[in-house]
Amino acid sequence: MARLVMVIDTRKCVGCMDCVVACKTENNVPEGFNRDWITTEVLGKSPNLQMEIRSERCNHCDNPPCVYCCPTGASHIHDYGGVILVEHELCIGCKACLASCPYDARFIHPDGYADKCTFCIHRVEKGMNPACVDVCPTHCMYFGDIDDPESRVSKLISTRKYHTNIPEAGTKPQIYYLT
Amino acid sequence: MNELSHTRTNHLIDPSMHVWGWEIPVYLFLGGLVAGMMIIAGYFLFMGRHKEPKCSCFYLPIISTIVLSIGMFALFLDLEHKLYFWRLYTTFQLKSPMSWGAWILVLVYPALFANILIRPPEIISNKFRLIASLSEKINRMKNSTRLIGILNISLGVLLGVYTGILLSALGARPLWNTSILWMLFLISGLSAAAAFVHLIAKDVQEREMLAKADNTFLTVELIVIILLIVGALSSTQAHIDAINIILTGPFAASFWVFVVGLGIIIPLIFQVLAVQHKIIHTPVFPIMVIVGGLILRFIIVYAGQYSHWSHTVLGK
Repeated sequence: MARLVMVIDTRKCVGCMDCVVACKTENNVPEGFNRDWITTEVLGKSPNLQMEIRSERCNHCDNPPCVYCCPTGASHIHDYGGVILVEHELCIGCKACLASCPYDARFIHPDGYADKCTFCIHRVEKGMNPACVDVCPTHCMYFGDIDDPESRVSKLISTRKYHTNIPEAGTKPQIYYLT
Repeated sequence: MNELSHTRTNHLIDPSMHVWGWEIPVYLFLGGLVAGMMIIAGYFLFMGRHKEPKCSCFYLPIISTIVLSIGMFALFLDLEHKLYFWRLYTTFQLKSPMSWGAWILVLVYPALFANILIRPPEIISNKFRLIASLSEKINRMKNSTRLIGILNISLGVLLGVYTGILLSALGARPLWNTSILWMLFLISGLSAAAAFVHLIAKDVQEREMLAKADNTFLTVELIVIILLIVGALSSTQAHIDAINIILTGPFAASFWVFVVGLGIIIPLIFQVLAVQHKIIHTPVFPIMVIVGGLILRFIIVYAGQYSHWSHTVLGK
């Protein structure tokens, strides 16, 4: 079984927002909404400042509260790669999944259903990368199967320092940020 | 300085989450009120008080049916994909408290209907012969009222408990993520229901009984609130920050004044004096209890959405 994850090198990311634009274009994300975004964190006191830029999105968690709280089964774990998806025709728009996500990664699409990053599953199933990964000009994003020890993502995780976002929430997020 | 900024601008999510408006607290309040009324009416049936001609257990299930339907309509208004609401009833999701709730509501209505059948209002039984004959059959059955009483108490407890678990299961919101929330909502539902029945009861003895019961419920509610606060303050930083939203933060004034002060402590003091016959019963204090229960749901739902885990990484 494959487990698809994303690895993002925060040492290379410059926060250019190409990933954001690529996602909006590829997935027809409605105006005013984002499936992915850039977070900039600054720590310290000038001139001793530390900064991290992160391209963030749904963490496609291994322990996904959005799937568990869904009353209709619309939010589900996809058969391939453990990707978290929403079946639009099953979603009643109750917004429990929006409230259950510690990353605030979901939103209500103007058509009424819960929407979020799909890891561009329509591309991935054709053997392509998610749009955000392919357009990144600094090549700071990697996508692949973490269960395969020979994959690039596995090798990066085993050789570099990394963190995930809000691991204390217990969701087992699957986006790894190299530091 | 540890500053975090992001480029996301999603509606209802940014700058702070507010996915649930007035509909959810209103539903949670009305659901809790109905739960309390079912428990009270069920208790009266179980104790055989239905033999009293003025017993409120005859009209409570009718009021409950109407109130619950209003609450469910509020819930329907909250849905963003309204035409698909029936999808709730094509599946049962074991891990989803909302799915449990949807099915509990399906069971609550027949329990209320069974309670109505014990002595249906004359206007209805005269018009619908079927209801009159069903009522006769139920009354002829041995122990039927006691069983309907137990059924109403059980489903009332389930309904009241689920309204709390619905929120407490959402671990992303630290204010809600406490296993005592169901107890707070159940006891608050019971105190609001006791206050409501106290207001409308025709039997003087019953009114007195409910005032006494409400005093007990309000005392327990106060203890549960203290336990909720102590639990959060002795938990993680996220839980401490979350409880401070209502203790000292933007919701503090409304919480202390309307929920604790005017919703629990003041009515408790005056109702204790009233049951000791030192002052007369007035509708003011039961109304304050009911309004306090409604404001409690608003504060918990709104402040809970506002609470979150820290998104910072560098400072950790």
